[in-house]
Amino acid sequence: MSPRTPVPRPKPSGAALPDEIFAGFAGAPMQARNAPGPLTEERARAVLATVPDPEIPSVMLPDLGVIRGVEVTGDAVTVRMSPTYTGCPATDLMQMMIREQLTATGFASVTVDLVLSPPWSSDDITAEGRRKMAAAGIAPPAHRATDKRHLTGTLPDVACPHCGSADTVMTSAFGATACKALWRCNACQEPFDYFKCI
Amino acid sequence: MACSIPLPPPGHPRKYPEMGGREGGEGWNRRQKKATPMNASADHNDALFRYLLRLGDTSHILCHRLGEWCGHGPIMEEDIALTNVALDLIGQARLFYQYAGEVEGKGRTEDDLAFLRPERDFNNLLLVEQPNGDYAKTMARQFLFDAWNLLLFRALERSTDARIAEIAAKAVKEITYHRRHSSGWVIRMGDGTEESRTRIVAAFEQLMGFTAEFFHMDDVDRQMAEVGIGPDLESLRDPWMADVEAVLAEATLDWPTATWSVLGGRHEGRHTEHLGYLLAEMQSTQRQFPGLNW
Ligand SMILES: [Zn+2]
Repeated sequence: MSPRTPVPRPKPSGAALPDEIFAGFAGAPMQARNAPGPLTEERARAVLATVPDPEIPSVMLPDLGVIRGVEVTGDAVTVRMSPTYTGCPATDLMQMMIREQLTATGFASVTVDLVLSPPWSSDDITAEGRRKMAAAGIAPPAHRATDKRHLTGTLPDVACPHCGSADTVMTSAFGATACKALWRCNACQEPFDYFKCI
Repeated sequence: MACSIPLPPPGHPRKYPEMGGREGGEGWNRRQKKATPMNASADHNDALFRYLLRLGDTSHILCHRLGEWCGHGPIMEEDIALTNVALDLIGQARLFYQYAGEVEGKGRTEDDLAFLRPERDFNNLLLVEQPNGDYAKTMARQFLFDAWNLLLFRALERSTDARIAEIAAKAVKEITYHRRHSSGWVIRMGDGTEESRTRIVAAFEQLMGFTAEFFHMDDVDRQMAEVGIGPDLESLRDPWMADVEAVLAEATLDWPTATWSVLGGRHEGRHTEHLGYLLAEMQSTQRQFPGLNW
């Protein structure tokens, strides 16, 4: 297909998304809040599974792999969380949202500890997280962070999240947030975000 | 690279030669006037505190410089790139400041350390406080720093201080990415047009003299190296030169001819005139309205 051939623009990826991705903002937490029941680790984890990454709202915190541990003692809960990037401005917001949701669930004391070690890696994103990212129009990391290509700076083969074409090119090593780079698809000519391997 | 040939290039501010060479002339090194620490542990803590401030200040000041590009980048992608790098640097600075505050044990927070210390108490590298200039100067500054910073943090990953080691392990991934970005621009500009080449050559000539500070050790550095908290900075020189030389070669550039060099920022808080203006802007709100919160 020559570059001049008109290509039907893909539907904005947001429109095709199931309602469930916005669960973190409104629906599910309300249910979790109102449902009576014992304050268990399972319950705390269920609540965490509804807290979205503020910068990629379709991906929940456990999908992102940043939740490192949950401990419940009586009505107190401690969540251990690892930031994606040292300066990620979403870290404070994530902590706040976790506190807010777990407090609303009935926990009297909520502590969110930041842990640096072992450092978070894009390898920690779950299969579910990768699926939700792709559905939101963000290409998930193309290879593992330990891949040699990462060390040598060779660009990965990234499939377009809109049309699936492998004919893609990086336009900027940095993107709208610390965790993403900007890419473009030569087949459908749409720009897209690529979640960096780190 | 000798630290003792203080010949400035034409047009260079005259004060540099006087500052160069010898470490700490009389009257400059006021830290030496400090009372002898009561015991070895207090002495160790003081050294660790100062070591952490050096790490924090360098990341912090470079972060501020990169932040000055926000909204002024030559193209949108680079505007975004520099603010992203700045974000990583402020994240690293915060971790070091938080730790420094705990080590000092006087209740100072990361904000106190960032906003309420005067110029002479800042121990960043002189290189990172240099003004942005054009994009060639910003990228030359960034590359010289990234190449060194990557080696430093790889060494700090093995620090005997667990807290420093875990901060470094996190940061080294980010710095690897920074170095790839800045080296790419050095190559592109050196091996680019006549205009871009002229500019990047001029940038390296202006900045190379500040890199002597990368490898210069003082008592604090030696004390940290002895207990395995930080590396012997001298040991970073050869790998750094090899990395820089390889990138310059790919950029079809020669090693800069400038032979002057200066020291003093990281160890003694003796800065170029640029840092005062930077701090005045950065600290003005907290100075005018102490304790102000967003
Ligand atoms: Zn496509």
